[in-house]
Amino acid sequence: MSDITSSSFVRQNLLNERPAPVKTTGFIGLMRTRLFNSPTNILLTIVGVLLLWFTIVPSVKFLVVDAVYTGADRTACLTANAGFEVGACWPYIQAKLPQLIYGFYPEAERWRVNLTFVLAVALLVPLLIPRLPAKGLNASLFFAALPVVAFFLLYGGGINGFGVSWTTGLLQLFDGSIIGAGQVLLGLSKTSALGPLLWVVGNLILLVGTAIHWLIFPLIWLRDQMQGSGQSVWTDFAVTTAVVSVIAFFLGGGLRTGWRAVASSLTTFAAIAIVIKLMKLDHGGLPIVPTNLWGGLLVTLVVAVTGIVASMPIGIALALGRRSTIPLIRIFSIAYIEFWRGVPLITVLFFGTYMLPLFLPGNFTVDGLVRALIGIALFTGAYQAENIRGGLAAIPRGQSEAAAALGLSWWKTTSLIVLPQALRHVIPNLVNSFISLFKDTSLVSIVALFDLLGSLRASFSDPKWATPSTLFTGFAFAGIIYFLFCFGMSRYSLFVERRLNAHRRN
Amino acid sequence: MSSEARRPPLQIELKIRRALGGKAGWNGVAVQLAFAAVLGWIGYEIISNASDNLEKQHIAAGFGFLKNNAGFDVNQTLISYTGSDTFLRVFVVGLLNTLVVSVVGIVFATVIGFIIALCRLSPNWLLSRIGEIYVEVIRNLPLLFQILFWYLAVLAALPNPRQSISLFGIAFISNRGLVIPSPVGEGGLVPFLAMLAFGIVAALTLRIYARRALFRRGQVIRIWPWVLGLLFGLPLVSMLLFGRPFTLEMPQLKGFNFSGGARVIPEFVALAVALSTYTAAFIAEIVRAGILSVHKGQMEAGSSLGLSRGTTLRLIVVPQAMRVIVPPLTNQYLNITKNSSLAVAIGYPDLVSVFAGTSLSQTGQAIEIIAMTMGVYLLISLITSAVMSVYGWRVSRSLGA
Repeated sequence: MSDITSSSFVRQNLLNERPAPVKTTGFIGLMRTRLFNSPTNILLTIVGVLLLWFTIVPSVKFLVVDAVYTGADRTACLTANAGFEVGACWPYIQAKLPQLIYGFYPEAERWRVNLTFVLAVALLVPLLIPRLPAKGLNASLFFAALPVVAFFLLYGGGINGFGVSWTTGLLQLFDGSIIGAGQVLLGLSKTSALGPLLWVVGNLILLVGTAIHWLIFPLIWLRDQMQGSGQSVWTDFAVTTAVVSVIAFFLGGGLRTGWRAVASSLTTFAAIAIVIKLMKLDHGGLPIVPTNLWGGLLVTLVVAVTGIVASMPIGIALALGRRSTIPLIRIFSIAYIEFWRGVPLITVLFFGTYMLPLFLPGNFTVDGLVRALIGIALFTGAYQAENIRGGLAAIPRGQSEAAAALGLSWWKTTSLIVLPQALRHVIPNLVNSFISLFKDTSLVSIVALFDLLGSLRASFSDPKWATPSTLFTGFAFAGIIYFLFCFGMSRYSLFVERRLNAHRRN
Repeated sequence: MSSEARRPPLQIELKIRRALGGKAGWNGVAVQLAFAAVLGWIGYEIISNASDNLEKQHIAAGFGFLKNNAGFDVNQTLISYTGSDTFLRVFVVGLLNTLVVSVVGIVFATVIGFIIALCRLSPNWLLSRIGEIYVEVIRNLPLLFQILFWYLAVLAALPNPRQSISLFGIAFISNRGLVIPSPVGEGGLVPFLAMLAFGIVAALTLRIYARRALFRRGQVIRIWPWVLGLLFGLPLVSMLLFGRPFTLEMPQLKGFNFSGGARVIPEFVALAVALSTYTAAFIAEIVRAGILSVHKGQMEAGSSLGLSRGTTLRLIVVPQAMRVIVPPLTNQYLNITKNSSLAVAIGYPDLVSVFAGTSLSQTGQAIEIIAMTMGVYLLISLITSAVMSVYGWRVSRSLGA
């Protein structure tokens, strides 16, 4: 065997090392591949740097470097007193902070607002974290219990009746309207050409009205008896609990499985009783704070949350109605959705403010905030309906066919099989609508409500804080708040979207 | 051996039941009757309450008030208007103001939106980050906030007319708004406009002819020199023959304000800037999504056929992207029109501001005025959605072919 190293085709010495390949990772690599790889790109990078230089640097200078942080009034924020070109005037925000958060809510009662915020956050956070259990209970607490409790906390006042009294009142109102309509028709029959026909129809309606009156008479008697007694709220409460529990018992399957339903109904009523007792609702509750004293972030959040909560049932009902095969319901849903989606929100708010009071009985006045809330709920409901309809369309037909094969009714198919899947599909879209609703709450400042933007605008006119930089400081502060809320929501929607599409990722 | 298929039985009763009550049958009919009764009851309550309340406030229902004198001034009018004109004319003035700010907003929003989209798609890392920051910041702030910011903070911080900022010496921007040169018609205006219109029509006809030739016979006709000649040459010739079509009247600083030129009120400037920058962020996202929706293979297939990069983009990528872009883009244009109603917050005299605002508070005819205002917006959006469904039908037809 000859020595292999002495062969002529074997290299005797090592090759020189090749230079390391051009780095394409890290900051250097980024600069090389994405910033300075061609003359055009170098030019674009320079343009970008100039853009940032002329926007970021002045902003930071204004907000942080040149800002004034302490002071009692406008004199602290004047260039002549500070000795330098003054940027943001933060003492102005400090002085106006209560107004920007609570509006003119009385100072002694502000703990109620804080408590509501704390309750809302405590219920909302577990609802948003997917890993935590008991989503159903949590959602019902947030969407049903919290609005009622928040109403009595923020507005105040108590109750002087319960289920029986309220039902009776509603039925009486309904009956009165029927009898009124009958009497109007009878009045018309004396002059109109269709006299006899109107007379017959009017008498028929009157007959129905009287029949209903006699049917609900026992309820009215019961109500009057309870109102006469000293403990009207608690007697009414006991009667309502008993009636609802008995109904739940029979609907829940009677002797066989009805005990579960009774237990849950009793627990719910016990919880309601504790809330009534704690807030002393039977003795007049907390002092009333009229809504014209509310303002700032409080109004923004109240409008946004009410809009979100109220628009969901409206949206679900309309989405189901639009997919229904029953002609009248489908036509009504389509007309409703297209109407509200075709008009700007501000005209809806004008509608709520100027037109709605005309449509209600004369002795019935509606609070300004409630008018705006009704308008926003009707408006947002139409947009949510379209979102939810998208989710319903995405559920394969086999799901409802399988449910029908198992013998489930339409209601059970919809509420147990189709809706839960459809709603889960469209959570990102729903959150996106919530973002635009949150932004749109700023419009209520046009109809004389003082939300965050309205309070900010009102605070600009205070001569005590009139400086050249007041306006920019105020806008910077409100902008940061709006941005944090909206950006947070949009990140959450992205997170949910990624979670929902986890099976599709590769 | 084949036999005729038997005709299905008529089942008239089934068909009636299906038509009246849908899948739910007679139950559906009952539900509809109950629903109609509830709707009728609500409608009756609304009408009776409204007539009671109007009687109590001594307001005569009906549209007769439109003929009354308005008696207030409007600070931007496209048609002649004085305080002694009728409310009907106020309505038209407001509507025109809404339309003009919407059109200006649409044009600028489209331009800015496409630029931002190109930035976000750019291979340059810095530019795509800047585009992203722009979109995130603008989309997460309320539009009303931005309008007020431009109007109260930025425009009010501008200097007064005497120290106004000059843009190339022809336009001046100050806290009283924007002053631009205004064109004044001269003798050659009519022939100039006629030639321009003729040029546009002829160029369009030429294009249709060239496309037809391409599709029918595969014959490529180069038309751009002819189009250039028609669009620019013809008006130039008319200018040489008949003299200048118009002269520009330059704004002059006299005393404390400008005289001459056309003045654009600051409310208009603030509203147009806010609307176009806000909507541009949404348009940028739509355009980006549309271009990304075209599969990479389309570009590669184009170059493997020997088409140049520009031709591939123009003939293959953009037409497919446009199918995705156009419907949501129209939606954004509709949003601009609806959002222009926020003008009421800064006092720009649009439809909502002068008609649903000032006129409503003067006459108290809430029902008629708000119904008319809502009707206008509803009509605009219904027309747009009708046009869009025709477009969708054409796209699906061309995809099917």
